Amino acid sequence: MSASGSIGGTARREPHTPDATLGRKTDYLHAESTLRSWFLTTDHKRIAILYLVSITGFFVIGALAAGVVRLALVVPNGAIMTNDTYNKAFTIHGVVMVWFFLIPSIPATFGNFLIPLMIGAKDLAFPKLNLTSWYVFMAGALFTLVSVVLGGVDTGWTFYAPLSTAFSNTWVLPALIGVTIVGFSSILTGLNFVVTIHTMRAPGMTWFKLPIFVWAHYATSLIFLLATPVITTALILLIMERAFHIGVFDPAYGGDPVLFQHLFWFYSHPAVYIMVLPGMGVISEIVPAFAQKKLFGYRFVAYASIGLASVTFFVWGHHMFVNGQSDLASLVFSALSFAVAVPSAVKVYNWTATIHKGSLRLDTPMLYAMGYIGLFVLGGLTGLYLATLAINQHIHATYFVVAHFHYIMVGGTVLAFLGGLHFWWPKFTGRMYSEPWGRVSALLIFLGFNVTFFPQFILGYLGMPRRYATYPAEFQLLNVLSSAGATILAAGYIFPMLYLVYSLWFGRKAPANPWNAKGLEWETSSPPPTHNFLTPPEVPRIPYDYPIQARESRDQHG
Amino acid sequence: MTPSHDSLQLWPAAVSANAVETDVLILAFTVLTLLLTVPVFVAITYFALRYREGSEADRQPSGIRSNLIEISWMLIPFLLTLIFFVWGAKLFVASKNAPPDALVIEAVGRQWMWKFQHPTGQAEINDLHVPIGQPIRLHIISQDVIHALYLPAVRMQVAALPDRYTDLWFKADKIGTYHLYCSEYCGTDHSIMGGEVTFMNPGDYQDWLTHAGAQQGKVAAGRALYEAYGCAGCHEPDSPVKAPSLAGLYGSSVKLADGRTVTADDAWLREKILNPNGDRLAGGIKQVMPSFAGRIPADELGRLVDFLKSYPAPASGNAAQATP
Repeated sequence: MSASGSIGGTARREPHTPDATLGRKTDYLHAESTLRSWFLTTDHKRIAILYLVSITGFFVIGALAAGVVRLALVVPNGAIMTNDTYNKAFTIHGVVMVWFFLIPSIPATFGNFLIPLMIGAKDLAFPKLNLTSWYVFMAGALFTLVSVVLGGVDTGWTFYAPLSTAFSNTWVLPALIGVTIVGFSSILTGLNFVVTIHTMRAPGMTWFKLPIFVWAHYATSLIFLLATPVITTALILLIMERAFHIGVFDPAYGGDPVLFQHLFWFYSHPAVYIMVLPGMGVISEIVPAFAQKKLFGYRFVAYASIGLASVTFFVWGHHMFVNGQSDLASLVFSALSFAVAVPSAVKVYNWTATIHKGSLRLDTPMLYAMGYIGLFVLGGLTGLYLATLAINQHIHATYFVVAHFHYIMVGGTVLAFLGGLHFWWPKFTGRMYSEPWGRVSALLIFLGFNVTFFPQFILGYLGMPRRYATYPAEFQLLNVLSSAGATILAAGYIFPMLYLVYSLWFGRKAPANPWNAKGLEWETSSPPPTHNFLTPPEVPRIPYDYPIQARESRDQHG
Repeated sequence: MTPSHDSLQLWPAAVSANAVETDVLILAFTVLTLLLTVPVFVAITYFALRYREGSEADRQPSGIRSNLIEISWMLIPFLLTLIFFVWGAKLFVASKNAPPDALVIEAVGRQWMWKFQHPTGQAEINDLHVPIGQPIRLHIISQDVIHALYLPAVRMQVAALPDRYTDLWFKADKIGTYHLYCSEYCGTDHSIMGGEVTFMNPGDYQDWLTHAGAQQGKVAAGRALYEAYGCAGCHEPDSPVKAPSLAGLYGSSVKLADGRTVTADDAWLREKILNPNGDRLAGGIKQVMPSFAGRIPADELGRLVDFLKSYPAPASGNAAQATP
């Protein structure tokens, strides 16, 4: 793909694109090469790479634990491993995937790397704080990882009291301490992004010229800042309860176990949007680039990000309809949960409208984006099933829930992560990955994912509870199908790890803008120089200034 | 009548009017889901083909008024889904208000078993027998962690909390035997904390209360305790810890490390469960069993011993499996 060329017969405005700088002393990857220059760097791009390498490691560990879980469930009678081993495996999977992969995934890697580039800044507002948050993250994550892998924890990632405080004999305390520490890293990252987006925008880069990716990260950062302190408090109370029986959550000492669930979900529901919003940001960049068309309904999509981040604070009780919450609370939380459908629908329909009359290229990032839209829609609507009170009484805590949140977390966040990784890989590394392998892997992941998780909707409606080491024999066929799908999914994950790493040394050198994409990150070389721009970038007239513009965009800016 | 164990099921059995209505609700919701998603999927696929780079498609702006279209795709799906909020909420409220004449059965959850007590005093472990045609209210509490009682056949579940009672009521109108689960993760043996719920004709239920509930129920309850307290985890032949088998133990002679020989009677078995460190066994068997003193109530200890009384020695040789 050449940097110039005409799309859909329309002549393109030629941006001043510098030549590839890979290998020159000026690019951030080669400016210095000592270990010290990586571990003490304050360059947001290098810190993003540190995060990328670490969360990939955590993803592999979490995925291996998922493999153990799927292996155990091939037989109904638990003959492959003991119940305790199974319980520890699903706890490792949940703790590692949620706390150490999904939450930091897109913000800490792509957000870190791209926000300064997209707004035309040299770095984040607080570069040293940025490095600090990586160290805080690694300290907490490794501490927890050692406890869940070497010692084992069997509470699930949700740590419900009083199981976690008084009854589990496993390494709960160190795991809790580690997760608490990781929370501080989220708060620091959120703070850094908010200040950066407010104060570091290039001259002329007004709020409504910001890419949706930046809007989404701004919304995410607000959740980091407002919700994370609540989980920190809840976890500290849980630690005190387990260590000293202070009697906040355990009724044996005068506490209330449902209180822990309220505090837990007050954070953990907004945390879903910490995982989902950045993914929506990624898709909102990929779809216009591969349709060569302005994002449809830009302002609506931007407001929808803020809308989602706000509504998400008022729906935590929908995790607790059958957990002893008052009936009135359940009715209110159910109604509010339906409101989440509005901003979510805005996003999906606007992406679809963006594709309409575009000039489409179905390269790997676009395949992931299209897969994302399909799976996110299914995940979102099955969320409404769960928000419906009478249906929830049947499918709560069954495999229906497992299927639903994997459609959001894997179908949504992981596909967006992989789509974004391929989209910005040339920018991150200065190399092109193998396009045929990319497409094959994207299709494998889409296929494997659906074979793994669709049967779980059926299992859930049939009444198979989640977190079961053994299960009634009549559910075996669907479970075997699910495990078979997991092997396809695993293959889909392994390929990118191989061809992306291969491309680091043998990939074709990337031009500054291999996709003819808009956005300031494409105005600098691939990979960017240490200070991001050799010449100050020219802020475009409108965001997503693609060759094809629907009339609506002229209306909005005319 | 028992849950089928061989075929692929695609829809769960429903034995109450509430369950049937829940099914209607979810099917209607699925129709709406298809109405909302299929156009998106079809449009994405069609656009992806029609507007491939280089295709001759018309790319002139369509002149869509964007504010109008934005507001309609925000509001129309939202209002349509609100129908389901109202429908689901009405069913939910009805399911939360048990009729005053409901038969009340006490349910106690604990790691890892359910204990049900009928109004006339009969108790059962893990299994539940209820009459059809009349409202049943389960009055539920937990003795330790949070559990949840889940009866898929009536589409209902509710948490068993350690500090206050919760209720689950239903009125079944079909007989049959279905699964009964714990659906809130509660530790090691969460997945075996449950059994079967049997919906019976009122006459059969009365019979069960007078006969089966008192007689056959006793040994089955003891067996459930044998598993729930983890005895089976060590004492069964295939278990990882090679503890002595308890099959056929009752009434037999046991050699002790100090040379004495005792008869395994009621009193000795009770004492050995509560105080395993006393009366060490001969034959170099290591004493690793924990004491159950203070952990097992007297009535359950009695049931456990009743079970051991009826637990036969395995058939010698390779004769056909002896069933108790």
